[in-house]
Amino acid sequence: MASSKITVEVDNVSYTDEVEPRLLLVQYLRERLGKTGTLIGCDTTNCGACTVHLDGVSVKSCTMFAVQADGHKVTTIEGMATDGKLHPLQQAFHQCHALQCGFCTPGMIMQSASLLSENPHPTEQEIRDGLEGNLCRCTGYQNIVAAVQAVADGTVSAGSNETETAGVA
Amino acid sequence: MIPSAFDYAAPATVAEALAALADAGDDVKVLAGGQSLIPVMKLRLADPAMVVDLGRIGELSGVRDDGDALLIGAMTTHHQVATDPLIAEHVPLLAKAAATVADPQVRHRGTFGGALVHADPAGDMPAPVLAAEATFILAGPDGERQVAAADFFQGYFTTAVDDGEILTGIRVPKYTGWGAHYEKFTRVAQQWSIVAVAAMVRVEGGTIAEARIGLTNMASTPVRATAVEQALAGAPLTKEAIAAASSHAAEGTEPASDLNGDAAYRRHLAEVLTKRAVIAAAGL
Repeated sequence: MASSKITVEVDNVSYTDEVEPRLLLVQYLRERLGKTGTLIGCDTTNCGACTVHLDGVSVKSCTMFAVQADGHKVTTIEGMATDGKLHPLQQAFHQCHALQCGFCTPGMIMQSASLLSENPHPTEQEIRDGLEGNLCRCTGYQNIVAAVQAVADGTVSAGSNETETAGVA
Repeated sequence: MIPSAFDYAAPATVAEALAALADAGDDVKVLAGGQSLIPVMKLRLADPAMVVDLGRIGELSGVRDDGDALLIGAMTTHHQVATDPLIAEHVPLLAKAAATVADPQVRHRGTFGGALVHADPAGDMPAPVLAAEATFILAGPDGERQVAAADFFQGYFTTAVDDGEILTGIRVPKYTGWGAHYEKFTRVAQQWSIVAVAAMVRVEGGTIAEARIGLTNMASTPVRATAVEQALAGAPLTKEAIAAASSHAAEGTEPASDLNGDAAYRRHLAEVLTKRAVIAAAGL
């Protein structure tokens, strides 16, 4: 079985690698690039912990082969902070205490960002529907929805925290 | 979970894809959005020696006005179907059904054509396409052929697509001005339909002039609720008349029994959901 050469831009850095076609995008991100901010939860397309952006829209990176990302742009949770400042959603999750164990958080934030780019002013119900593909097993949904609402309402902006405080796992 | 190893081709044109399929022999799978195929490959329920990825073929994606119909490329994503202005205007039933598929991330990757060829009895796109009397456009080694939706779905996960063929697009007649609704019954978020009903009605004055009803997960293929359509044609635009017509919804169906509900429960759901779907489609 031949390997394939791919070139993928991940968090604004271009990478070229030889990969087996069966390598999942999430495995490529974690094991080849060391981007362990993206987590593997259920590994069955249900939980959304592995959510990243492909060309700006959310996808589940456990349900995509790395070869399918060839020539595309991937953004992970590790690429959300800019110039040492947390993304407004990271800041809002921090301020609203929108996490308990934190395992779902990278996927929740990536999906929330995709939701807000498609619908900048969602209702509470639209936020809940938009996060349908992300499971929080601590059942911390109330504060997660509040955090997304806070960003949509403009009551939270980019944070001043160092990016390290956003690290998960 | 890691799939079995496979060889991979990413053709740039339909002709290249057909050549790759012809070269690959029998043990090959066509990859569209991968939201059904990749999970079954990870479980090793499928372990093809070769995967032909249609994701690089730009001509297979998008929605085009084709006179009295819309031509929807097979690789158009569920998200595109749910948000496309032409579909919203002329076949809103498709947009409403696509918006209920799985979750937003899956809708960003999963494709209209992929879901139709996968032909899961609980999948949400086959019943609306059947109700809309769409035509499937298949490309193969001997050229192009067209298959009516009524002949396309042949059984459990089985369609009219032959080995060596790919679905390139779906031609859907325009139903401009018709009311439409997709009523889906699930118990939890992002679940497959236990039963769902796709309904379109054309209202004239105080009367339902015509109706098209498709049922999801009421047999091994999507089915038309023909008896309901006949009862609705010419019926007064009242909830009572719609309820009476909907009592025929389970006629001719062969629903499965599983952990989500037995066949009798599904027949009951078909009647209740048909009533709700038609009432919503008619704007009552």
